[in-house]
Amino acid sequence: MADLAKSVAQMVPGETAVIAGFITDELSNKLLEMGFLPGSVVKFNFKAPFGDPICVSISGYDITLRLEEAAMISILN
Amino acid sequence: MKRLKVALAGKPNSGKSSLFNQLTGLNQKTGNFPGVTVDKKTGIIRLDENIQAEIIDLPGIYSLYPRSLDEKIVAEIFSDRRNNYFPNKVILVADATNLQSSLLLLTQLIDLRLPTVLVLNMVDLAAKSGQNIDVIKLSQHLDLPVVLVNARTGQGIQELKKVLAGNIPVSRQKIYTLEKEITPAVDETKQHFKLESNYEAYQYLQQVENLSFLREEDKVFIGSLAAQYEFFPGKYQGAETIIRYQYIQDLLSKVVLKTADTEWKRFSYRIDKVLTHKVWGYLIFFSILFLIFQSIFAWAQAPMDFIDSTFANLSNLLRDVFPEGPFFDLITQGIIPGIGGILIFVPQIAILFAFIAVLEETGYMSRVVFLMDKIMRKFGMSGKSVVPLISGWACAIPAIMATRTIENWKDRLITIFVTPLMSCSARLPVYAILVALIIPDDKLLGFFNFQGIALMGLYLLGFLAAIVSAMVMKWIVKSNERSYLIMELPTYRMPKWSNVGLTILSKTRTFVFEAGKIILAVSIVLWVLASYGPAQQMNQAENAIDARINNNEVAADQRESLLMAYRLEHSYAGIIGKAIEPVIAPLGYDWKIGIALITSFAAREVFVGTMATIYSVGNTEDQTTIKSRLKAEINPDTGGPRFTTATGLSLLVFYTFAMQCMSTLAVVKRETNGWKWPMIQLAYMTALAYVSAFIVYQLFS
Repeated sequence: MADLAKSVAQMVPGETAVIAGFITDELSNKLLEMGFLPGSVVKFNFKAPFGDPICVSISGYDITLRLEEAAMISILN
Repeated sequence: MKRLKVALAGKPNSGKSSLFNQLTGLNQKTGNFPGVTVDKKTGIIRLDENIQAEIIDLPGIYSLYPRSLDEKIVAEIFSDRRNNYFPNKVILVADATNLQSSLLLLTQLIDLRLPTVLVLNMVDLAAKSGQNIDVIKLSQHLDLPVVLVNARTGQGIQELKKVLAGNIPVSRQKIYTLEKEITPAVDETKQHFKLESNYEAYQYLQQVENLSFLREEDKVFIGSLAAQYEFFPGKYQGAETIIRYQYIQDLLSKVVLKTADTEWKRFSYRIDKVLTHKVWGYLIFFSILFLIFQSIFAWAQAPMDFIDSTFANLSNLLRDVFPEGPFFDLITQGIIPGIGGILIFVPQIAILFAFIAVLEETGYMSRVVFLMDKIMRKFGMSGKSVVPLISGWACAIPAIMATRTIENWKDRLITIFVTPLMSCSARLPVYAILVALIIPDDKLLGFFNFQGIALMGLYLLGFLAAIVSAMVMKWIVKSNERSYLIMELPTYRMPKWSNVGLTILSKTRTFVFEAGKIILAVSIVLWVLASYGPAQQMNQAENAIDARINNNEVAADQRESLLMAYRLEHSYAGIIGKAIEPVIAPLGYDWKIGIALITSFAAREVFVGTMATIYSVGNTEDQTTIKSRLKAEINPDTGGPRFTTATGLSLLVFYTFAMQCMSTLAVVKRETNGWKWPMIQLAYMTALAYVSAFIVYQLFS
């Protein structure tokens, strides 16, 4: 099931999606605290030059995270 | 007069430090929280005629559950009423453009039953983004005072002081209801430790390992309770965060009138397009590095020369004024040059931190982390290691302290380990004299100065050594802890210059006191070693020199400086220098250089002064004199010059790699909680320096 779910890491610049939940529990509380709440809208802004880390917008502010962390956040599409 | 303790809390980038600066101005003190190595900033201000407040600036955090060293202290202070810094009142600074994540911590403070005032900062920006906040309704819902502040201009500060001086009742809101399964354990904990709130007791259960004020028996008590109720730290944390955010979103839907408008962010995105571009981004970053580099050298030179000559003059002046005697010698030759040796680095450190502060203030530093993270990870570090490594060019001490923002222990350890390989400002005087000695002052293609290229090469060499060592460390050090990067990218804005000024002041102060006390102590010890020796030989100094003058071997006007050289040779430092000669001979050094290597442990630049003394130059002020004297020195074994290209290069390489700095070792010991890592670092860097210098000397001789 886990690998079927699409994650923030697979989004492309400019795309928006709704957060479904977390693929692993690891770091989920940190991500929650930073505002990655199930049901909220995440927008993929841009990637760093080597493709990693990435910059996303969530509830009106910008956060950078690595692809590894982005892959933990599943999205609805 | 009554004195309150007021804690200043909030998330990173909420304008917390600006508000702290507005409240306290120049009236601030920096130090460490007791027992932990977290920067503590406090300032005492007057609220009204009868009440003073000690403002305590806490590290920026999103929630009470800590992840880095910095963050632990906040949970510790808020859940220990006996803590010296436990506040009477709390200011929670919230970024009005991003209320949601700013309020998470507030909901925890309310559950801890702490009297809190909510400060809304950046309301002007929030208005620009189309958000209209109903402050009265917000205050009613939260049941606590809300003050609007512009931390950049200082608007609202008087109002905040008035609110702080008045009575702030504890909010009657209850936001998070504990899970049923854990309430009996919470009740028992609350009773056992006589706590005020359930949530405080809950923190004891959640953070038993983080709260250092808990004694062993307390931990055992909590541990058995946790086992009884099948609880473990971290359980329910995710659920708690979601419940808190539900409350916040519900609240915000009632008090914030929002029109979708992201116009104000467009500008920031446009800048990001350039600054994080795959070509322009790096080009701009490296140009900024080059600019920093250039200015450290160009702008710092004049004030450094001034400090140097002032202390030399002061020392000479006092030598004339004071009577003779070991005590006065200690002052004029040990303590005053020791203090001068500390202050001489202040200009370079101040300039470097001016740049770093401006880059942080504008929001650019977060982009550097973003740009460099992938590259730095290849070398076992993180994007956040860039600032410490750059700071290492000025001084390893503030640089190592700057690693505290790195959450992952392994990333942080590697950064601490390799930072001293970055060529710090104390190496520059050593480089300068040796490069001038062995590299011709010619130009390549009539344009590039050879000496300049050599100097650049040495900085590059140090940097490469740091990178390669980090890569090796990455394979050796094992860690189960996950490395991650989850960080806010703040919107670009103009720096606030008073914040920049205060950062420079506090960083410089940290250096002067942290490194200063050790440099001073070591220079006094070394002064004793270099001034005293076995009485028999020391007492013969005058006779020996006079005999040589009488035999016309040396000129009479050199008596004073020859005497100094003679005493140094027969001092304890000289004896040690001679003792290590067999060890350093393969590197091309004699016992005279050996003495200089030893005295360099106070600070590397002492090398120059020691060389001047041992070669009886007398006046240590004049670089050209030292240079020509060193050039004329003959190696008795070969009959040729002592400072051949091989010896010079070998010394340069040695100084680039060797860990000759007690203050750095002391700081590493403190930051890594023990002697293990500083000792490994000392052994590694010494071995690296020795082997490299050996290879260089053998290749070139």
